[in-house]
Amino acid sequence: MAKVVVITSGKGGVGKTTSTAAIGAALAQAGQKVVVVDFDVGLRNLDLVMGSERRVVFDFVNVIHGEASLPQALIKDKRLENLFILAASQTRDKDALTEEGVQKVINELKEKFDWIICDSPAGIERGAKMAMHFADEAIIITNPEVSSVRDSDRIIGILDSTTQKALQGDKIPKHLLITRYAADRAARGDMLNTDDILDILSIPLIGIIPESEEVLKASNLGSPITLCCPHSNVAKAYNEAVQRLQGEKLDIIVPSDKKGFISWLLGRSRS
Amino acid sequence: MAKPSKNQLQIRILGRSFLALVLSPEAPLEAWLKSLDKQIQRSASFFLGKPIILNLERVSETEEGLSDLYNELMTRNIQIISIENISTVCNAIQTWPKLGIFSNGKTVDPIHILDKTKPKPPTAPYHIIEEPVRSGQSIFFPEGDVIITNSVSSGSEIVAGGSIHVYGALRGRAIAGINGQPKARIFAYQLEAELMAIDGYYMTAEEIPENLILKPAQVYLDQNVMTVAPLMKMKS
Repeated sequence: MAKVVVITSGKGGVGKTTSTAAIGAALAQAGQKVVVVDFDVGLRNLDLVMGSERRVVFDFVNVIHGEASLPQALIKDKRLENLFILAASQTRDKDALTEEGVQKVINELKEKFDWIICDSPAGIERGAKMAMHFADEAIIITNPEVSSVRDSDRIIGILDSTTQKALQGDKIPKHLLITRYAADRAARGDMLNTDDILDILSIPLIGIIPESEEVLKASNLGSPITLCCPHSNVAKAYNEAVQRLQGEKLDIIVPSDKKGFISWLLGRSRS
Repeated sequence: MAKPSKNQLQIRILGRSFLALVLSPEAPLEAWLKSLDKQIQRSASFFLGKPIILNLERVSETEEGLSDLYNELMTRNIQIISIENISTVCNAIQTWPKLGIFSNGKTVDPIHILDKTKPKPPTAPYHIIEEPVRSGQSIFFPEGDVIITNSVSSGSEIVAGGSIHVYGALRGRAIAGINGQPKARIFAYQLEAELMAIDGYYMTAEEIPENLILKPAQVYLDQNVMTVAPLMKMKS
């Protein structure tokens, strides 16, 4: 049974697209058949992060308008044969996403894939609402700062009230993915800590992605972080999040400041 | 003025008013009587002990069953005290007993027969919310109290006609007693509201006494001044 997962946050720049690429790739690496769909019509980025920007011929909006068939628009990843991307149109705006059109494409994708990962645009307007409308599950991306947490709270409220399942009286499972978590700053109290975020958002945590330069490097290379740096902390954290998404029970370890720990050890042995 | 003689008894007259119900039979009478029976079935005591005036303006003289209508109504325990608009149907109702004609009647609004078999459930003047109230959500319940067994996020708003109870953290806005209820209160398990109001008197987050922030607390109006008090005895 295919699962439609929306990656959303409300606020921009928190790592939705990076996470979509990483989660999509991690699922594909685990042997699942995956498509990542860019809903950010007019400001598409997922193709860049996935490194397929030069192969976009037809896009999501072309399929909705019947100008291209779905197999024509689906771009196969060069590295993973069971990973596909459906790019957004850069020349249209969000009004091109009609509910009937999106539903038609999602239904068609459901027949071909195990996972449909929808990369939501920022904001709470049409693009974001369409990205979440047909979702079976949601991953809410939050940075450890108050503005991001409040926007995520708002998005959760919208998820609970406007999605197709919500309108039918159901609730979709929601997972919290904290990104750009810097252990040293959290320890100093410069950042919201995990407990504060969970207290406010009160949805289950699916993972904590540490802040890392490798993320930016991977984006610039056009390669999902789980593919380009599979042994990094970030890739590990995404892989674990994906295992939890698939229903595995894994303890979440809050990333700690490694240097701090080593110096603490050193300091202890000296005394 | 002539004085009444001592041995003449004085007549005492008192007033008493009843609400007379006006029944207007419609053609065909047979069907009308059937509907009447159904009505009586649903609310058996509706016509009991009530004076009924029969208004015949909607039936014609030739209407089938008109001469028997009076008896039909009597068998249903409907007490007719008067008839209105009889001029056009005089001949048809010759067999009816002579009834009084009253003057100065005033029409009152149509009366709806209450359905007594299905009593209206008492409306609960409270609204319980078990989910977190998220940023951007607005709960508007002017009818009474709002009870939230969860947290109220920053950027959300609770508006209640009565009191507001939050059994979690209150981080959003709480507006209580909007319909002029100065006795309404705001209760929070963890008080950190952005803004609170009772009956139009406001208090911002900055005005909450520091020792009560993040604590179980209640807010009420004391001589039109927003007052925060601990909800439980706090450990010193």
